[in-house]
Amino acid sequence: MRRILVGLKRVIDHGVRVHLRPDGSGVVTDGVKMSLNPFCEIALEEALRIREASRADEVVAVSLGPAEVEQQLRQALAMGADRAIRIEAEGALEPLTVARSLLAVAEREQPFLILLGKQAIDSDNNQTGQILAGLWGRPQATFASEIRLGESTVTVAREIDQGIEVLELDLPAVVTADLRLNEPRYVKLPQLLKAKKLPIETLTLTGLGIEPESQFRVIETTPPPSRTAGIRVESVDELVAILDERGLIP
Amino acid sequence: MTRVLVIAEHDDAELAPATLNVIGALRALAPQGVDVAVLAAGGESVARSAARIGGVGRVRLLARVENSPCLAAVWASQVAELASEYTHVLAPATTFGKDLIPRAAALRGAGALSDIVAIDGPYRFRRPVYAGNAIVTVEADPERTVFATVRPTAFSAPADEADAPIEALTLDVELPAHTRFVERRGDHRTGPDLQTASTVVVGGRGLGGPAGVALIEGLAARLGAAVGASRAAVDSGWMPNELQVGQTGKIVAPGLYLGIGVSGAIQHLTGIRDAGTIVAINKDAQAPICAAADIVLVADLFTAVPELVDRLDRRGAS
Ligand SMILES: Cc1cc2nc3c(=O)[nH]c(=O)nc-3n(C[C@H](O)[C@H](O)[C@H](O)COP(=O)(O)OP(=O)(O)OC[C@H]3O[C@@H](n4cnc5c(N)ncnc54)[C@H](O)[C@@H]3O)c2cc1C
Ligand SMILES: Nc1ncnc2c1ncn2[C@@H]1O[C@H](COP(=O)(O)O)[C@@H](O)[C@H]1O
Repeated sequence: MRRILVGLKRVIDHGVRVHLRPDGSGVVTDGVKMSLNPFCEIALEEALRIREASRADEVVAVSLGPAEVEQQLRQALAMGADRAIRIEAEGALEPLTVARSLLAVAEREQPFLILLGKQAIDSDNNQTGQILAGLWGRPQATFASEIRLGESTVTVAREIDQGIEVLELDLPAVVTADLRLNEPRYVKLPQLLKAKKLPIETLTLTGLGIEPESQFRVIETTPPPSRTAGIRVESVDELVAILDERGLIP
Repeated sequence: MTRVLVIAEHDDAELAPATLNVIGALRALAPQGVDVAVLAAGGESVARSAARIGGVGRVRLLARVENSPCLAAVWASQVAELASEYTHVLAPATTFGKDLIPRAAALRGAGALSDIVAIDGPYRFRRPVYAGNAIVTVEADPERTVFATVRPTAFSAPADEADAPIEALTLDVELPAHTRFVERRGDHRTGPDLQTASTVVVGGRGLGGPAGVALIEGLAARLGAAVGASRAAVDSGWMPNELQVGQTGKIVAPGLYLGIGVSGAIQHLTGIRDAGTIVAINKDAQAPICAAADIVLVADLFTAVPELVDRLDRRGAS
């Protein structure tokens, strides 16, 4: 069985403007729209396309989190994932904990490819894939914008600061998805309804022999420094005059 | 006592400027000076540049053919080995550092901190989350080496010089052969670098196509500015990916930023929050960028930009 494992995170929807709790204890999540992390959705879409091209037999979606993450796992099933696994976990998880858990699942499932998002848009960590690949002792290709599967290798184009870098990795490997890898499909209502009835396997951290990490303690959450209100100019001449006055133009 | 190691980003010939900002950020934590690791095939000239940066105590040169071009998996094994001597191991929060640091941390059974923007103490840091809409203060376990990436635009490069010793080092670590470099494709634009330029001109979907891109390129040339892009402009295929500014592109902090035909989505604004002066040229006064900007010109870019270039030309001539 050629299997792909995909890691999915539930996050505050990317269109929501987050609000901080006044006591510095974090962001308001009550009543806020939650979604599948956009990069995870892209990772899943890529896995599905690989399976649809008959280069894989099965796509397994995994998410760590409380019972609510089953909504995102159901979305994954509706998109076309074959199986879904939830690992019961509460609170903020460090990437090391997530990576160890995904590794434990990988040891059971023996995937030839693990696809993750390049970053979760809530914690903005951009770490889990790299940590997982390190722990697993397998190759990594982060920030993927193109993936081509060979027999025992995968060729990945990566979006890096200097342009595009292409790497060839031996399988099994970890690849993290960037924005331009693909455009995820829309899920239709009947598929969502059908996915509601599908089973989701539940595992526990204890069952996997994993102790949640607490290397980093969040002391407080504060708003970013604010900028002063701006002005409106009526013409290009006025713009040039102000920029000139501030010494910003040659 | 803290012992700090910075991993140099470079292309085997030149040190990437972001490395200097990381050294600048960390020198306060390193009473004996910051150690800089140069992993390279040759690397002598990079090591010499590193040795001259103020705050550097020692350069450790790990020359091995496998180190060029840089592969995170190959470098991580060596960085993890070196890390046993340090309390802090850091790199710039560029695609280079983000690829390398978490993997190296994992090899030592540690996690990492991404995108540090302030250092409050040896184990207390601040970093943005939620696309920069919140800043968290984080305390790291002092019993473990802190692996982290540092946002270059949040710190200045050392202004002084040093003359640190260079130590050639061989590590007895087995390097993985499971990852192979195939090629690198860059756009090789001329003009200033996006991340270090003092003026940045960013174009968005409003550019409408290559003609619009040519307009802002002309403006950028006139201003000696670097050109950047919103995600929409990159997704449309008008501009290359390495020009994307924002949460998932580059973070810029120029003295002057001009956003032209850019709406100012949260994910874009987070990339320009530290700019000195933000100018928006947009035909829609309700676009979010107009609320975030210091100076707003509500106008059609196809008339405003040529007019702006013309005014700048005339100033130059007079
Ligand atoms: C996970 C995630 C990550 C993202 N990361 C990034 C990122 O790193 N960087 C980024 O930029 N985006 C990012 N985005 C996308 C972001 O949400 C916006 O979709 C994108 O920034 C919009 O680009 P734009 O402003 O060019 O286009 P639009 O939002 O379409 O805005 C175009 C603007 O041009 C103006 N305009 C049109 N014609 C003219 C004219 N003739 N003259 C003057 N003005 C005109 C319009 O009024 C409008 O305000 C991300 C999104 C997600 C979900
Ligand atoms: N709780 C989680 N459950 C499953 N996968 C996760 C979880 N958190 C992070 N990931 C995966 O790791 C990627 C990168 O996340 P991060 O390193 O936290 O930015 C995400 O896009 C997911 O693919």
